[in-house]
Amino acid sequence: MLDSTMVELSRWQFAATAMYHFLFVPLTLGMVWMLVIMESVYVMTGREIYRDMTKFWGKLFGINFALGVTTGLTMEFQFGTNWSYYSHYVGDVFGAPLAIEGLMAFFLESTFIGLFFLGWERLTKVQHLAVTFLMALGSNLSALWILIANGWMQNPVGAEFSYQTMRMEMVSFSELLLNPVAQVKFVHTVAAGYVTASMFVLGISAYYMLKGRDLAFAKRSFSVAVGFGVASILSVILLGDESGYEVGDVQKSKLAAIEAEWETEPPPAAFTLIGFPDNAAEETHGAIKVPYLLGLIATRSLDTPVTGLKDLMVQHEQRIRSGIIAYDYLERLRSGQDTDANRAVFEDHQKDLGYGLLLKAYTSDPAQATEAQIKQAVRDSIPRVAPLFWSFRVMVAAGVWMLALILLGFYYNAKRVIEKQRWLLRLFVFSIPVPWIAAETGWFVAEFGRQPWAIGEVLPTSIAASSLTSTDLILSLSGFILFYTLLFIIEIYLMFKFGRQGPSSLHTGRYYHEQRSTGGAATLAAQPQQRLD
Amino acid sequence: MILDYETLKLLWWVLVGILFIGFAVTDGMDMGVGILLPFLGKKDVERRVIINTVGPHWDGNQVWLITAGGAIFAAWPLVYAAAFSGFYFAMLLALFALFFRPVGFDYRSKIEDPRWRNGWDWGLFIGGLVPALIFGVAFGNLLQGVPFHLDTLMRPYYTGSFLALLWNPHNGPFALLAGLISVSMLTAHGAIWLQLRTAEPIATRAKAAAKVWGLITIVAFGLAGVWLVFGIEGYRVVSMPALDALPNPLTKEVVREAGAWLSNYQSHPFTLAFPVLAFVGLGAAVVASMLDRPGLGLTLSSLGITGIILTAGAAMFPFIMPSSTNPDSSLIVWDSVSSHLTLSVMFWAAMVFVPIILGYTVWTYSKMWRRVTVEEIKSQEHLAY
Repeated sequence: MLDSTMVELSRWQFAATAMYHFLFVPLTLGMVWMLVIMESVYVMTGREIYRDMTKFWGKLFGINFALGVTTGLTMEFQFGTNWSYYSHYVGDVFGAPLAIEGLMAFFLESTFIGLFFLGWERLTKVQHLAVTFLMALGSNLSALWILIANGWMQNPVGAEFSYQTMRMEMVSFSELLLNPVAQVKFVHTVAAGYVTASMFVLGISAYYMLKGRDLAFAKRSFSVAVGFGVASILSVILLGDESGYEVGDVQKSKLAAIEAEWETEPPPAAFTLIGFPDNAAEETHGAIKVPYLLGLIATRSLDTPVTGLKDLMVQHEQRIRSGIIAYDYLERLRSGQDTDANRAVFEDHQKDLGYGLLLKAYTSDPAQATEAQIKQAVRDSIPRVAPLFWSFRVMVAAGVWMLALILLGFYYNAKRVIEKQRWLLRLFVFSIPVPWIAAETGWFVAEFGRQPWAIGEVLPTSIAASSLTSTDLILSLSGFILFYTLLFIIEIYLMFKFGRQGPSSLHTGRYYHEQRSTGGAATLAAQPQQRLD
Repeated sequence: MILDYETLKLLWWVLVGILFIGFAVTDGMDMGVGILLPFLGKKDVERRVIINTVGPHWDGNQVWLITAGGAIFAAWPLVYAAAFSGFYFAMLLALFALFFRPVGFDYRSKIEDPRWRNGWDWGLFIGGLVPALIFGVAFGNLLQGVPFHLDTLMRPYYTGSFLALLWNPHNGPFALLAGLISVSMLTAHGAIWLQLRTAEPIATRAKAAAKVWGLITIVAFGLAGVWLVFGIEGYRVVSMPALDALPNPLTKEVVREAGAWLSNYQSHPFTLAFPVLAFVGLGAAVVASMLDRPGLGLTLSSLGITGIILTAGAAMFPFIMPSSTNPDSSLIVWDSVSSHLTLSVMFWAAMVFVPIILGYTVWTYSKMWRRVTVEEIKSQEHLAY
C-alpha cells in the first residue's frame, strides 16, 4: 500500500505543474497561426507594417514560449519520477504518442523557432514565411499527439491487459489514433488556444487604441485577431458541445458529476443551472433546473436516460466485487498457477480488474477486502461533485462572455468604428485573463473529473504513483513552487514591459515612443501613423 | 514489413543509442557552450556572440533529449519507471538546471541591466554543467548496478540514497568520474564549436579550452577504463527465457562478478573499436583544433563522443539497468521492452521521421552558418539573443 499522503502530494504536484504548463501552451497554439497570417500578408503585399506586426507579436510570443518549453520539460520527466507504476503499467500504449510527438512535431517546432527569431536577416521572405508556417504546424501537431495520449487516459481504447507482462499493451494503433475522445479534445483544445491568442492580441491592441498611440498598427492587429477569434470561439463552443456528447458516452461519472445529477431522471433529463452539490448527503441544495436540456446535450435524444451518480455507484459496486475475483485470480496466475481453469476465471472478470485495484487504496490485498472497505471504494468511485460542477460553469460562462465580446468587436471593426467604442476597448483590456480562466477550469474538469482513475476504469490514481515518501514530495513540490513563482514574476514583468512599449520595442524608429523621444513632438502621440500604409 | 520481436528488441537498443549520441553531439555541445560562456566571454557583447552561435539551434537540439526520454518511455517503460523514480532528486536537479536554458537564452538580452545579464549567464552555465554532470553520473551508476527491485506486480522500489549515487559504498567516486568524463567531453566539444563559429579573440580562448578539456577527457576516460577493468564488478546473465519471449524481468538468473563487463569485448572483438574510436577521435580532435582546423575537429570530437557512449553500451549489453541488490530483477534489452506491436510502430515512425529531422536540421544549420562577430551583434542589438 502506498502512503496516501504521498499520493495526495504527488497529485498536487502533477496538478500544479500541469496547470502551470498550460498557462503558456494555449497562447502558443494560437499565436503561431496569427503570425503566419500577418507574415503572409507581408509577403503578399510587401507592406512593412505587417512585418513589424509579425516581429512584435512574435516577441511577446517568444517570452511566453520560453516558459512553455521550460515547464513542458517537467511534464516529460514527471511520469517517470512521480508516476512510475503508471509508466510501467501503460507505457506500452501511452509512451508511443509521446515519442511520436517528439519525432513528428516537437523537432519541427523547436528547430524552426530558432530561425523564426534569428533568421530574419539570413532567409528570403518566402523562406522565412515557410519557417513560420512549419513552426506553427509543429506546435499544433504536438498538441495532437499529446491529446491522443490524454484522450487514451480518458477512454483507453485499442489496448488490452496482459497478465504475463502485468501491464496494458497496445493491440491497435489505429484505434488509439482515431479515439473519438482524443479527436474531439484536440479540436476543442487547439481552438481554445486560438481564442486565447485572439483575446491576447485584441486586449493589447485595444490598450494602444485607448492610449491613442500606434493606431495603424493596433487596428490592423485587432482586425487579424478579431477575424481569427470569431472562427475560433465558434469552434470551441461547438466542439465543447461535441465533447459533452462524447463524455456522456464514455465517462458517465464525469458527466453526472459535472451536472450534479444524483438520481437517474426520466428522459430527457433536466439541466441544473446553479446549485450547491453535497457529496456526503448525495444531493444538490438549492438547485435551479432547466427542463430537458441535459438529456438533449448528453444523449441528443428525447428518450435515452442520463444515468445518475447513485445508480452509477450501484454499478460500480458490482464491478468492484467482480474486480476482486479478477485480482484474486491474477495473483494465482502470477504465482505460478497458470492453469486453463484459472485463466478462464480471470478472463471472465478481467474487464473489472481496474475496479478491484481501487481497493488497493485501503488494503494491500484486495482479495481479502472487508465490506466496509468495499463500501468506501464505492463512495470514492465517483469524483467530488462540487468542484467539477462549479469549474464547469465558470468555463462555460467565460466562453459565453468571450463569444459576446468577440462578436461585438467583429461588428464594430467591420463598421470601421472600433477605436471609438472606448467602453468595448476597455472590456477587451480587462478580459485578457478570461481565456486562461476558461482553459484552466476546462482542464480541471477534464482531469479532476477522471478521478479516481489515472487511466479510465483501468488504473486507479491511488496505485499509479512512485514508491516515494511524503518528505520527498514536500521537498520537490516546494522546489517547483519556488522556482515556478520566480519564473512567473519574471515572465509577467517582461510581458508588461514589452506590451507597454509596443512596436517601439522593435527600434525601427517608426513608432510612438521613439518618435516622441527623438522628435520631441508630443502631438504625434495622438496622431495615427498613416504614412505607414 | 514485419520485423520479428527479437530483432526489434535489438534495434531499439540501437535506436536509443542513436538518440543518446544525437543528444550528446548536438545539445551536449550547447551545454558545453553554456559551461564555457562566463569564462570565454569577457565582455557582454562577447557573451552575446557566444550565445548567438547556438541561439538558433539549441532548442531543436534539446529535442534529442526529449525524444530520447519519450523513446525510453515507449520502448523500455520499466527502465523509464525505475530509473526516473529511483534517481528522483538527481533527475529533478537536472530538470531544474535545464529550466535555466529556455528562459536564459530568450530573456537574457531583453533587458540591459548588467546584473540581469550576468545572472542569466550563470544560469546558462548551470543549465549546461548540472545536466551534463548528472547524466554522466547516471551512466556511472548503471555500470555499478542500481539498488532496486521489483515486486510481483512489477512495481519498482529504489533502496539507495541520493548521496550513494555520487559516492558508492563499494566503488567510491566512480560515478563522479563518469560525470567528469561527460562534463569534460561536452566542454571540449563546445569549445571546438566556438573556435569554428566565433572570431578573435573568442576563438583563441576557445582553442585553449578545447585543448585542456580534450586532454582531461582522454585522461579521465582512460582512468575510468582501468577502474572498470580492475575495480568494478559487472553483471552476467546465467539463464533466461528465449530472446523473443514475452518480456518479464523476473524470470532470469543474473550473477555479479569481476570482469563481466569485459566479456563482450572478448567474445566480439570488433567492439574494441569503440574505445579506440573514443581515444583516437578525441585525440585527433585536439590536434585538429590546435592546427586551426576546427571544422574537422568538430567531426572528430563527435566521433570521440560516439566512441565513449558506445564503449559503455557495449560493456553492458544486454544490460540496461542492472540491480545491485537483486541482480535477477535487472532490466535487460530482452525483458524490459514494450510489446511487439509498439516496438514495431515506433520503429517505423523513427525510420520515417529521423531522416526528415536530419534533413531540415542540416538546412537550418546551413542557413545560419557564419562566424558570429561582435560587429554583427552590435548591428542587430534588438534582434539577436
